[in-house]
Amino acid sequence: MSLDPIQTLRSQTIAMPQENIDTDQIIPARYLTTTTREGLGKVLFYDWRYDVDGTVKAEAVLNNVDPEGHAILVGGHNFGCGSSREHAPWALADYGFKAVLSTKIADIFKSNAIKNGILAIEVSPEAHAWLMDNPGAEIEIDLEEKKVRLPNQMVENFEIEAFGRRCLLDGVDPLGFLQNSAEEIEAYEARTGKHAA
Amino acid sequence: MPKSLFEKVWERHLVKEEAPDHPGIMYIDLHLVHEVTSPQAFAVLEERGLKVRRPDRTFATIDHSIPTLQFKQGVEEPPYFTPEGKSQVQTLQANAKKHGLPLYDWDSEQRGIVHVIGPELGLTQPGMTVVCGDSHTSTHGAFGALAFGIGTTEVGHVLATQCLLQRKPKTMRIHFDGQLAPDVTAKDMALAMIATIGASGGTGYVLEFAGPAIESLSMEGRMTLCNMSIEAGARAGMVAPDEITFEFLKGRQYAPKGAAWDAAVEDWKSLRSDEGASFDKEVRIDASRIGPMVTFGTSPDYGIAVNENVPAPQGQPDQDSLKYMKLEAGAPIQQAKVNRVFVGSCTNSRMSDLRAAADILRGRKVADGVVMLVVPGSESIRVQAEAEGLHTVFEEAGAQWRLPGCSMCIAMNGDKGEPGELVVSTSNRNFMGRQGKDVRTVLASPATAAASAVAGHIADPRDYAPAAAETKNVA
Repeated sequence: MSLDPIQTLRSQTIAMPQENIDTDQIIPARYLTTTTREGLGKVLFYDWRYDVDGTVKAEAVLNNVDPEGHAILVGGHNFGCGSSREHAPWALADYGFKAVLSTKIADIFKSNAIKNGILAIEVSPEAHAWLMDNPGAEIEIDLEEKKVRLPNQMVENFEIEAFGRRCLLDGVDPLGFLQNSAEEIEAYEARTGKHAA
Repeated sequence: MPKSLFEKVWERHLVKEEAPDHPGIMYIDLHLVHEVTSPQAFAVLEERGLKVRRPDRTFATIDHSIPTLQFKQGVEEPPYFTPEGKSQVQTLQANAKKHGLPLYDWDSEQRGIVHVIGPELGLTQPGMTVVCGDSHTSTHGAFGALAFGIGTTEVGHVLATQCLLQRKPKTMRIHFDGQLAPDVTAKDMALAMIATIGASGGTGYVLEFAGPAIESLSMEGRMTLCNMSIEAGARAGMVAPDEITFEFLKGRQYAPKGAAWDAAVEDWKSLRSDEGASFDKEVRIDASRIGPMVTFGTSPDYGIAVNENVPAPQGQPDQDSLKYMKLEAGAPIQQAKVNRVFVGSCTNSRMSDLRAAADILRGRKVADGVVMLVVPGSESIRVQAEAEGLHTVFEEAGAQWRLPGCSMCIAMNGDKGEPGELVVSTSNRNFMGRQGKDVRTVLASPATAAASAVAGHIADPRDYAPAAAETKNVA
């Protein structure tokens, strides 16, 4: 699967200030029984959006904002912790999210997100606080320049793993990169006695 | 230059060094596969016309979405909770057959939870790299392996190339000084460790657990501790292999035999952090001060000793957490009424866990109105537990004895709590809704869980000495 290249993302934000938003919140385990990766947007944050009896929770932020034009989720500290389920970024992407910002993002979620075209970006506590205080703000994420630009003129530089960034900017396929290293893999197996018996 | 255990294992698996513009290529010795996170990875192989590169290093099992209810195997259809769960199992069966992978299926006497059977079969060995599409792959680090969970895209990478793209993580050594008190277990150590460094304290790090309390810990205890590394945000936790490790592995199905065993042990002995090895961070915890632990919130770092009061909230996240848990700040946690108790999961479903729970339940009854499930980690464990009569202890106490699987840890197979219920669980996550919608989870050791089942409220296992205490050793 190769992704559409991204350079700049300009969109309004949705703020979820809760800390430690784990991947069970993003997609509850009972929806992991699928064998495909499509169509999971409808169960994104399901238990936050719906009551036990299936009625819509009026107060839930996702039930009050049109996904169209709101492609950036700003989450509380330690976003995406817990289970390694890639269904979490699949559901976020299917719903329409293209980026997640937080002061800390869990390792496995971050690795999964970028492979599905979702920017997972850690920002400073100051920028994060401003974003939480101003939900719906239109911000710009510039992947080429590695900057987040806020409407209050604040500019945040962010770190992103160089190869993952190149995959997003240029549509590079990580599996293709590994496949192109087949000779080195074979040499490693021969050198370490790990070749197939 | 002195090296850490992690660095030694890392360097052994570098196919290609990392560079500024690309991560390192890491070779994977052992790839474990289950039905929930693999179908989309096999689909990518299908789309691209690729084969599994090393079927001999790939082992599959069914555990997450399978029922644990007793049924007549070979005669009756497994009582799947949903058609989708059944379809996932059938998809893995088809993929295993197509690619020639060993699958520990319904008819296997070795079937079980992926992180229980890897060590049981001797597949997990010191110095290996082990991955699985499951965050609790960190369990295997107990053997001095570098073991971590990956997403489904990466499952596809490993199936196709036996490699992963990885940047070198930072290292943190957590030194447990002193020794655990009697009646305190590895689960209590894990909860104390997470409460100490926080749910994101390990993010970006590989942990090494060291110190006297680790050196004297059993392999099952080390697995429990490493299992919960991910709950502190760390992808991996490791313990240096030693005589306890070798003793556990010797004679297991996939362990080296004869001269190869001797050579392997000789090599494994070098897998420990050198004197003077440097770590990005060092943490010390006094093991002797740890008591039986329980959680009181919706993140695993909300841990207190079972004889403490629920702490006052500090800030909005704490308040939200207490509100969900319906616990009162300042009140003894032992006042919390229990509806359900779960003993099982890749954290605590091994023989020592089942024996600890049985020791407390023997001659006692589960409190009226409390439902208790005991779910062994594997078929081998189920058979051994039944040979020891533990299933009778559980059933006579009023608990349900089930077939192996992940069960109520992830609650996607029909084993779950009802909205509002409080579950004392030996699993690893107390997230909102983890064990069923609006279910409140309290994490604890098997002994604490069993004591709570008897009491009908959260209870201190030290108040429930084994019925034959004068002749039995609690440990």
